[in-house]
Amino acid sequence: MKAGSNLEKMFAAGHFAVTGELGPPRGADAGHIHEKAKYLKGIVESVNVTDNQTAVVRMASMAVCRLLLDMGIEPNLQMVCRDRNRLAIQADLLGASALGIKNVLCLSGDHQKFGDHPQAKNVFDIDSIQLIAVLKKMRDEGKLINDHECEGIPQYFIGAAVNPFADPFDFRVTRLKKKIDAGVDFLQTQCIYNMEKFRTYMQQAYDQGLTEKCYIMAGITPLKSVGMARYMQKFVPGLDVPEDYITRLKGVDKKKQGDEGIKIAIEQIQEMKEMKGIAGAHVMAIEWEEKVEEIVSGAGLLPRPEVS
Amino acid sequence: MVVAERKPIEEILEMIGDFNKVLLTGCKGCVTVCNAGGEKEVGILASALKIARKKEGREIEIDEITLERQCDPEYIDQLEESIAKNNYDAVLSMACSVGPQYIAKRYEDVLVFPMLNTSFIGGALEHGVWAEFCQACGTCGIHKFGALCPIARCAKSLLNGPCGGSSGGKCEISPETDCVWHLIYERMSRLGQLDKLGNVVMFKDWTTSRDGGPRKIVREDLKQ
Repeated sequence: MKAGSNLEKMFAAGHFAVTGELGPPRGADAGHIHEKAKYLKGIVESVNVTDNQTAVVRMASMAVCRLLLDMGIEPNLQMVCRDRNRLAIQADLLGASALGIKNVLCLSGDHQKFGDHPQAKNVFDIDSIQLIAVLKKMRDEGKLINDHECEGIPQYFIGAAVNPFADPFDFRVTRLKKKIDAGVDFLQTQCIYNMEKFRTYMQQAYDQGLTEKCYIMAGITPLKSVGMARYMQKFVPGLDVPEDYITRLKGVDKKKQGDEGIKIAIEQIQEMKEMKGIAGAHVMAIEWEEKVEEIVSGAGLLPRPEVS
Repeated sequence: MVVAERKPIEEILEMIGDFNKVLLTGCKGCVTVCNAGGEKEVGILASALKIARKKEGREIEIDEITLERQCDPEYIDQLEESIAKNNYDAVLSMACSVGPQYIAKRYEDVLVFPMLNTSFIGGALEHGVWAEFCQACGTCGIHKFGALCPIARCAKSLLNGPCGGSSGGKCEISPETDCVWHLIYERMSRLGQLDKLGNVVMFKDWTTSRDGGPRKIVREDLKQ
């Protein structure tokens, strides 16, 4: 065991793991966290807590992770390189470990141009792949970047994200391999809609033996409506929403589009369960946490197995 | 070269407030090449300011001079005659921001204003279009990236890109911005060196960049 988190144990036991996601509020209201998180408790192994997602200021990921721990929910601390240099990153990582946070997801971070403080100076002292290496060095060697020995060695289960749908497509599996080389333990993918392209990507990863070297979780985001699908198709860079899903949503009454989106998500997870090299699903129900149970249950993944 | 562009006329008019007489200085270096602050641009700005002030009913006297370079004390001396003879309210510099600082250093009691926004180290893409190519990090390693700079040209300065926002060869920040990592990938692919991009590039040492504090080069062989 690297860190002995619930998520790591689930993978180690060979179960198809499920994670969720929670976006902290744009304010200091802890009640908001309790409200959203209650829908995820017992439904997923652990919950990603986003870090100033889309470069919009929100309650600190680390603080929300601790609030989740207090609720008996295991968090995955998301950490972006946009807002911190290597001093702040390592300090935060040590603090996270001291607070009982075991799973960390290493990300570059969306450019601040998209966020609510586009005038900000960005950092990007290190990138997401180097961040993986920082965590690995702290955990496995007990040392900081500068080789200073940590007093008290942190234990992390190291995660990162991959986007199979960004360009250039042929380089995407190489980038996945670089994350493995840097020391990643588990990966969560960008929201998957183009299943055909995803199968090609996974086949390449499988053929190169990469799926044996880390746990890959398929990213699933249920489509709420035709409007949301179109928005993601047109305006979210690196997202690939094929027209047939939109046609399918259009085919039902407007009030039923959400239900159809959930059906699609369930079918996707069921297909992922059979796909070689997929170790779990990462369900990102954006501002729709109350539907996660229905999705996970629909995919035949409830109740969650007990691991110790 | 250093690429710059002129500040908006409104901002300049506000800077010069109610001055009656100013010296407008151009530079024959980079800013002449990028059509921002050479002799021609000095003439254009002087005319524009005079017209604007005339309209306001308070004319302004503007002397024009364009120096060989403003980033060299030897050429700043060329201002001596004009400044000594005239009682200017201020000197306006159309060089990159090095120019006004050199003038300020040479003339401690003279007000100095920048007329340009110094934008980046770059070059022309076509007539009238310039782009950034270098961030002066102080330790060039572009040979590892097909001779293309990810620090200056990737919005996130990634050393292990491209990130998940690369789409159709363009950067997520704008459809007008090339994803340099896409270009690096294509070039390394053409050169048969794609395998080199498979290695994790570790942490960059930023001490030679601005992060190490203001920089200075001392060449003992040239010092007198």
